[in-house]
Amino acid sequence: MAETMLTNTAQGAGRLPGWRGIAADWASDQRAFKNVSWGKAMMWIFLLSDTFIFSCFLLSYMTARMSTTVPWPNPSEVFALNIGGKHIPLILIAIMTFILISSSGTMAMAVNFGYRRDRVRTAILMLVTAAFGATFVGMQAFEWTKLIMEGVRPWGNPWGAAQFGSSFFMITGFHGTHVTIGVIFLIAIARKVWRGDFDVERRGFFTSRKGYYEIVEIMGLYWHFVDLVWVFIFAFFYLW
Amino acid sequence: MVDVPYDGIAGTAIPPAEVPDVELYHPKSWLTRYVFSQDAKIIAIQYSLTASAIGLVALVLSWLMRLQLGFPGTFSFIDANQYLQFITMHGMIMVIYLLTALFLGGFGNYLIPLMVGARDMVFPYVNMLSYWVYLLAVLVLASTFFVPGGPTGAGWTLYPPQAILSGTPGQDWGIVLMLASLILFIIGFTMGGLNYVVTVLQARTRGMTLMRLPLTVWGIFTATVMALLAFPALFVGSVMLLLDRLLGTSFFMPALIEMGQLSKYGGGSPLLFQHLFWFFGHPEVYIVALPAFGIVSDLISTHARKNIFGYRMMVWAIVAIGALSFVVWAHHMYVSGMYPYFGYFFATTTLIIAIPTAIKVYNWVLTLWRGDIHLTVPMLFALGFIITFVNGGLTGLFLGNVVVDVPLSDTMFVVAHFHMVMGVAPIMVVLGAIYHWYPKVTGRMLNAGLGKFHFWVTFLGAYLIFFPMHYLGLLGVPRRYFELGDAAFIPPSAHSLNAFITVVALTVGFAQMTFLFNLVWSLFEGEPSGGNPWRATSLEWQTPETPPGHGNWGKELPIVYRWAYDYSVPGAAQDFIPQNQPPTNTGAVQGAAS
Repeated sequence: MAETMLTNTAQGAGRLPGWRGIAADWASDQRAFKNVSWGKAMMWIFLLSDTFIFSCFLLSYMTARMSTTVPWPNPSEVFALNIGGKHIPLILIAIMTFILISSSGTMAMAVNFGYRRDRVRTAILMLVTAAFGATFVGMQAFEWTKLIMEGVRPWGNPWGAAQFGSSFFMITGFHGTHVTIGVIFLIAIARKVWRGDFDVERRGFFTSRKGYYEIVEIMGLYWHFVDLVWVFIFAFFYLW
Repeated sequence: MVDVPYDGIAGTAIPPAEVPDVELYHPKSWLTRYVFSQDAKIIAIQYSLTASAIGLVALVLSWLMRLQLGFPGTFSFIDANQYLQFITMHGMIMVIYLLTALFLGGFGNYLIPLMVGARDMVFPYVNMLSYWVYLLAVLVLASTFFVPGGPTGAGWTLYPPQAILSGTPGQDWGIVLMLASLILFIIGFTMGGLNYVVTVLQARTRGMTLMRLPLTVWGIFTATVMALLAFPALFVGSVMLLLDRLLGTSFFMPALIEMGQLSKYGGGSPLLFQHLFWFFGHPEVYIVALPAFGIVSDLISTHARKNIFGYRMMVWAIVAIGALSFVVWAHHMYVSGMYPYFGYFFATTTLIIAIPTAIKVYNWVLTLWRGDIHLTVPMLFALGFIITFVNGGLTGLFLGNVVVDVPLSDTMFVVAHFHMVMGVAPIMVVLGAIYHWYPKVTGRMLNAGLGKFHFWVTFLGAYLIFFPMHYLGLLGVPRRYFELGDAAFIPPSAHSLNAFITVVALTVGFAQMTFLFNLVWSLFEGEPSGGNPWRATSLEWQTPETPPGHGNWGKELPIVYRWAYDYSVPGAAQDFIPQNQPPTNTGAVQGAAS
């Protein structure tokens, strides 16, 4: 069961540089990506597939926005908040984006401490990441509530094209679901790290396979992906 | 001395194992061994049986449609709404729930680990989940037959706006459950598909390079990669259509009159759905075709006792077809209202696909040329596939060109074309593959006499059914029509031709029962096959046990020294050299290629 252990083995040292090395790897037996474990390869390919899902969502939204004959509501106005008597456009989204990108930082630190087998720091940093993620989802819930109170519905809104609400709820909802799933898995894995499962290579409850610290990095891949997707949603939905 | 065997051809050492041997999940009870099994071979059988069961439903639906078309007005239990529902469910089941699931979930699960020399898929637990989600999707789909209003009658393409408007059958429940079932299918497939891809890329045995894989694995692998990139578009389209139907959003719905009243919708784009659907839908054609291409290459090579002609070209043709199929989707939309230059672009890319496809057909024929052809049942089906596929491919050239496609759109010509190219042809391969690998799965041969009867009835029958449809299409007979009425341009002969097609279709359909009988009878009474009845080279025939045991390979994983096509090597003791046979045992002359 050492398939997940091989991330940083010396194998493949002395490979050819650049494209010739890649060609040599793909021409070799056993593995096309040397030193990449099964789990990590699977996560990368899943993320590629998920990229296509988000791309289709965003392209559909852009098509709707460009082809609608009714004016599109101005995002700067819609997503503005009155704080201390001041009208600040996009302030909530700016804070949400800052929080989510910060969570990528704590996630990267968790991966680092995971490879140092620093059980406590890894678990704490993962929980901090999860807390950032939960905060993000909470603020999103606040934003949804605010818009719904102002009369935005999936089938219409007071300011213009009905597709504004449709796309907004669909895309942020789908992304928020990703964040929520990420938070759940972060907590589950943090619990395993805290308990020392990966130090004793304890077997998984469902899969009966041994666990390794590498799962922290695989979790990190997912988390960074969800953050990256948010950057695109932020750019295409809020800034456009 | 460390065990570092030598590759006789290149004279280089086969590298030591990079990944230590996998410790498998060992089932503790009957339930975890046969029902909630994590063994890819059991999962493959579960996938195949489920797909075949729902496929039989689709077969019965096609009989009902043919009864109506052949003898309109005769059968009072078929009305126009039901006819549309039959069409929709037949198409959807055949394309997605039967062919995709059978090729990737069935053959993929069984053959990939065996052919690449792995003990199982890389993540057996996820693989098991994949099957159960697929089963749930099938059950949701089947449940639409029993809900109020019945299944959706929107056509398998589910085009909005009509798919979700009142007046279309199944508007209440059918369309909602259909979309839910598709979403489930995609989730389930993704879990399996990730397994297939990672297993091929990262879990091959020592000596098994990508360019030594049997073409079956190349076909299934490429199709799976395509499915992982194409299904997202269907997923997104389904989610948005579901929101349009349930929440009243207007992604795909323009302002229109529904039942004499202005509907609640407005501002959406029906064309957007078509783009999303066909960005999935065209790759889907090749998701079904590429595994068939791969399997048929192996059948032909094995049963003609000759190496496949142009192996590298065959691999690159598969990859090229896979890549090109993502840039041709709008050739399904020539009559949908598109900027004309887009039509030129998509016609050009469509015709370019003919090049790698033709390479494959030439290579199959050249493999047969001067081969030691054994007309076994799998070989008969493989030959039937080549002829049928060439036929369907040539009518594809008609439909790929804008000016020819426009008058032929939505006629029976289209029905004839896609049934030949992605209905009959892949099913020929499925049947041939079952005759070929049944001995490995069960340890017994299927009855060859019944098999030959089955082949000739199916092959000749398919031509009698679908060839006349080309002619009907050229006459202008539209597809998806409940009845033709007294249109002046349809001669009486077209009506009698329709009756003829119906009679043949029912006959061929019932002849499939001999195949089902053969499957069950041979399980108990078939001639014991031994481990390698076809004297084939690829790894799945070299397992220590037949059927292969849990973990496939006993104590030691096989080591691969050669490609999968060392048939009739001059000077060799036998007319085939298994992939795991070390070079020193083969006599003076080595296999021609590495």
